[in-house]
Amino acid sequence: MCGIAGILDRRGGEHSPHRGQLDAMISQLRHRGPDGFGFLVQPPIGFAHARLSIIDLAGGDQPIFNEDRSISVIFNGEIFNYIELRAELETKGHRFYTHSDTEVIVHAYEEYGDDFVRLLNGQFAIALWDANRQRLLLIRDRVGIAPLFYTKEGARLLFASEIKAILPALSASPRLNPSALDQTFTFWAPLSPQTQFEHVFELPPGMLLVADANGEELRRYWDWQFPESADGYWSGSEEQLAGELRDLLIDATRIRLRADVPVGAYLSGGLDSSVLTSLIHKHTQTPLRTFSIGFEEASLDESSYQRLMIDHLQADHSHVVCANADVGTQLPDTIWHTETTVLRTAPVPMRRLSRLVREQGFKVVLTGEGSDEVLGGYDIFKEAKIRQFWASQPQSQWRPLLLKRLYPYLDVTPGRAQTYLQNFYGIGLDRPEQPCFSHLPRWDTTAKAKMFFSDAFKQQLTENCAARLEAELPAALARWAPFNRGQYLEAKGLLGSYLLCSQGDRMLMANSVEGRFPFLDHRVIEFAARLPPSLKMKVLNEKYLLKRAMQSYLPDAIVNRHKQPYRAPDVPAFIDKVSGQPLPYVAELLSDSSLREFGYFDPARVGLLLKKAVRGGAIGYRDNQALVGILSTQVWHHLFVKKSHF
Amino acid sequence: MSARQTLRSFILENYLFTDDASALADADSFLEKGILDSTGIMEVIFFIEEQFGIKVDDEEMIPDNLDSVDHLTAFVELKKAAA
Repeated sequence: MCGIAGILDRRGGEHSPHRGQLDAMISQLRHRGPDGFGFLVQPPIGFAHARLSIIDLAGGDQPIFNEDRSISVIFNGEIFNYIELRAELETKGHRFYTHSDTEVIVHAYEEYGDDFVRLLNGQFAIALWDANRQRLLLIRDRVGIAPLFYTKEGARLLFASEIKAILPALSASPRLNPSALDQTFTFWAPLSPQTQFEHVFELPPGMLLVADANGEELRRYWDWQFPESADGYWSGSEEQLAGELRDLLIDATRIRLRADVPVGAYLSGGLDSSVLTSLIHKHTQTPLRTFSIGFEEASLDESSYQRLMIDHLQADHSHVVCANADVGTQLPDTIWHTETTVLRTAPVPMRRLSRLVREQGFKVVLTGEGSDEVLGGYDIFKEAKIRQFWASQPQSQWRPLLLKRLYPYLDVTPGRAQTYLQNFYGIGLDRPEQPCFSHLPRWDTTAKAKMFFSDAFKQQLTENCAARLEAELPAALARWAPFNRGQYLEAKGLLGSYLLCSQGDRMLMANSVEGRFPFLDHRVIEFAARLPPSLKMKVLNEKYLLKRAMQSYLPDAIVNRHKQPYRAPDVPAFIDKVSGQPLPYVAELLSDSSLREFGYFDPARVGLLLKKAVRGGAIGYRDNQALVGILSTQVWHHLFVKKSHF
Repeated sequence: MSARQTLRSFILENYLFTDDASALADADSFLEKGILDSTGIMEVIFFIEEQFGIKVDDEEMIPDNLDSVDHLTAFVELKKAAA
């Protein structure tokens, strides 16, 4: 991956983009591309590129052009099927001057026009300039692996891989987008295309933006889709479908190992990373080099499963332990990279992990994100299934007890469990056909954190964000199976807007490491979308077909282990172990004066929350999310609005 | 401070994050109003055991004993009298 930035300025003359502006933008992205910068100034367009050299180290500098230099491209990402595409384009007469994957973009555009994007198998944020037609094309990959943001200021369109690269070129000062924060305090991230910065948008995954002299047009070329009726599902036997899934994963993994630098893999000890490392081990010549992170807290630590896989695969493994204290001290730098509020500290250790990768001399890792969304792995899907089952007999006393299998802490007494289950998980039981049924409990819990908004801030919120999300759902969703609806919400929401960004790309790129995601190969996604839900979750056995497909590759303990969601230490990380007081920057940002000055949160309420955190004792999800959300918002304002450092 | 006042303060400060007494009526159901989630219930149980020197048995962890200030107060006073 790399970093890109650019300006389209239709005013011309003295307003044309110039090198100084582009320098100011791209220098903010040095972490994404430490191997060199490239520029193109061709009014009305200016392009800047920061390179992380992975394919064609000597010849692949960008921008890259077509034969007569009328088409130029800068791009962040990888086109994994570039070898096959190049072969086909060469037979059609295109002439290449590099060995890079980037170059297929300009020739494919020449050959197929805007539709060329459908041929790409990869992760990408592309900016292409067609000088003959005077049009700019911005394109983002199908699921949101590579980031791309833009804003419009009068006749100017500015874009970049990260918002920090757009800010130097703007005349207005950054301001927080209130509805985005409201959305984050519901869905864990703003609703695309909104960002936490007012007037700055992300190009949604699966879309392209065409800009010319007349304006901009947004077009969708891909979306997550599921069958609308029973005959839309695959009809093969379990064994047949498991075999097809395995073959697709083998190829998806194989092409993601294409690089002129060594490629490693994350190995958490969970099913997904175990699958990928096993595929690398069995089906490629790539030496298996793996990386993992561990935690001080035993309940979060997966080291024993990691060790099992390392021994099983004879992997050359590196491991680092993330101390609670590190999570606390590293939050500000983390928010500099996420550029948005987070409700969990999970991104922080991911940045520590990518630093380990870099220190060991690697620039690329394969990682298992996407498997849960594509193949039905999350507890939220199990929970939704149980609630659906329960909703068919709402008076049942024993149906909701199935939830106890998911959440052992609920296993106290039948009477108590029932009531609390009913009140928490029973949300929406009377309307199980609602599109967002699967996600209502989570959103409800998260939204409790809004009690900390200041009165003045609440007055700026004019929209019901759940209603907004529902209004933007595809019409076809109502005809999908409930399980598939949950997958869609999770893929578009959590995966695209949080996991791949704040916890993924941003934390990898902070240390100039590229992540590659075999489970998000669009062929895997499209195949899996047509699997009957019962093969994804067989009763309550999650990712059933994946386990079936990979059974012979993996130790039983890995296949059968209870899913452990990745979690990092939260609130305790912000309290100094020795003094028992909040870390200095935490005390400062959560002080009365800072809270009043920034204006988002109520100082009295936050004061009580902080007091509760300092006192110690059990801190539930709600309080954790609230404190991390409040603190990271305050950090965000300090960094981006006040433009201060720590 | 009476048991009732102690319990009210605890709930207001730790779950409603306010000292505004009008934010909590003694009869308000913690669950229905979304004041406590299941972790919150655990915290309340730990609190009343420590604060009032009582032991809450498993079968006593039911809404009738725990789900409002009124319920909690009655439960605590009963347990203290029996101890």
